[in-house]
Amino acid sequence: MSLIGEKGVRRILSITAFSAISALLLIALFILTEGLPFIFRYGLHDFLLESDWDPQTGKFGIFPMVAASLWVTFGAMVVGAPLGVAGAIFLSEFVPKSVMRVVKPTIELLAAIPSVVYGFIGVMVLAPLIRTQLGGPGLSLLAASIILGIMILPTVISISIDSIQAVPQSYREGSLALGATTWQTIHMVTVKAAKSGIIASIILGMGRAIGETMAVIMVAGNSVRIPESPLDSVRSLTANIALEMSYATGLHRQALFATGVILFVGIIILNSIAIVALRKRVYKK
Amino acid sequence: MDAKFDIQDLNVYWDGNLLLKKVTLRIPSCQILGVIGPAGSGKTTFIRSLDRMNELEPGFKMEGRILLDGEDIYAPGYDAVTLRKKVGMVFALPVALPMSIYENIVYGPRLAGIRNHDQLGGLVEQSLQAAFMWDEVKDRLEMSGLRLSGGQQQRLCLARVLAMEPEVILLDEPCSGLDPISTAKIEEALTALKKKYTIILVTNNTKQAARIADQTAFFLMGELIEIGPTDRIFTAPIHKQTDDYVTGRFG
Ligand SMILES: Nc1ncnc2c1ncn2[C@@H]1O[C@H](COP(=O)(O)OP(=O)(O)O)[C@@H](O)[C@H]1O
Ligand SMILES: [Mg+2]
Repeated sequence: MSLIGEKGVRRILSITAFSAISALLLIALFILTEGLPFIFRYGLHDFLLESDWDPQTGKFGIFPMVAASLWVTFGAMVVGAPLGVAGAIFLSEFVPKSVMRVVKPTIELLAAIPSVVYGFIGVMVLAPLIRTQLGGPGLSLLAASIILGIMILPTVISISIDSIQAVPQSYREGSLALGATTWQTIHMVTVKAAKSGIIASIILGMGRAIGETMAVIMVAGNSVRIPESPLDSVRSLTANIALEMSYATGLHRQALFATGVILFVGIIILNSIAIVALRKRVYKK
Repeated sequence: MDAKFDIQDLNVYWDGNLLLKKVTLRIPSCQILGVIGPAGSGKTTFIRSLDRMNELEPGFKMEGRILLDGEDIYAPGYDAVTLRKKVGMVFALPVALPMSIYENIVYGPRLAGIRNHDQLGGLVEQSLQAAFMWDEVKDRLEMSGLRLSGGQQQRLCLARVLAMEPEVILLDEPCSGLDPISTAKIEEALTALKKKYTIILVTNNTKQAARIADQTAFFLMGELIEIGPTDRIFTAPIHKQTDDYVTGRFG
């Protein structure tokens, strides 16, 4: 260390940090410069709310994909949020600390399973099950919702556990000593006190669901249409970019970048809400 | 004698270590029992046995019997939740629940099934009066309880216990972190409350026991050394250890 010295170390670190941040900014800038001019020329309204997507004839209405992405995200939340929050409550309130030390890292490890593996399970197990039991093509909005709902579980569980465990023990004791049962204490005190963290965990999970690509391509079916039933085959915004980028040129290519801009903005909004909710938790005392 | 609590040969173990040894005493109603003793002598463990809070933590085991109005509170069919509605507890750290002052106080009564708005309002006023803080907070009952000062939060904790209309009030060093004025207010409240309730006050301040307790029990290393009328404990203790402790010559 003495070879480089304190100042040298600081310089190296700041150069590293600076290049990381500028790389991210450059990517954002690149997407914006490629996508925004298209949105201005085509019109935000027509781009977002028209239902015709036919690049050959120059029609670039992404509404079916917007609807599909919103529905898939909503479906993932319906599947993942109750399971995740209930799991987090159970794990933090009823499982001994020593067991938790093993269980929590294991759950967080589930987030490291590549999405192609989740997609593969969806194609091999879930889609056939839906096809034979409920009808439709199997590869569907429902299949995507379930797979994504499972994929967001680690995010929801882990952040919810953190915020439930941050609730002071004295709140629980105070409630129990006033004659509350364990359940009453959980829903009237513990979950209430951890509420903003739990909400943040769900929003971050939604951000993950809306941005997920590979698993969705594999299980959603990818038809460009506005879903009318959970059993319909749908194509999300992310899937649309991934499926068409290899052969897109000119306007088509710009339209895909513009789709990226829409996703980018959506996820930034979701994450900002989550950050505000998490910060509220810290300041609430 | 009409004992409220009758404690017989109480042994308590934490993680297999015997920490309360053969504690036997009777606690009469409508009195303040002061419990004194150096840190680690088992006062908290003792008082938390009386509303079964100990069993919420791992490593707890007990032997002996604790009778409340003649009923064994550790008997298999006895419901701890019902017990805690009759035996209220104020902790050493004054911590309001994370909700408004009003909600803090109606928390217990609501659990007991009281829904009537006027009745709850009446309980709030009554119990805040009894805790000597109605005038301080009557205009801001919707404020979060967490924003009160330590002394006020502790009186809020007392008020929310009173709102449950318990029979016994346990207090574990309720004034240890408080200023003299808040302490005086709590002592004043307790002295007024003993007409109606059985009060058990653990205190690390022997002078506090001397001031307001009718009877005083002295604990040392998990053993009940001596119990008797407060005057006698402080002026003519039977055991030398008690004498050393109350005169400050301990250790
Ligand atoms: N939850 C617990 N787990 C293990 N040991 C405990 C627990 N609570 C208290 N003890 C032990 O019991 C002994 C008595 O403690 P305590 O009842 O808190 O005494 P006091 O209130 O008089 O200071 C201490 O040695 C303490 O370490
Ligand atoms: Mg103590």
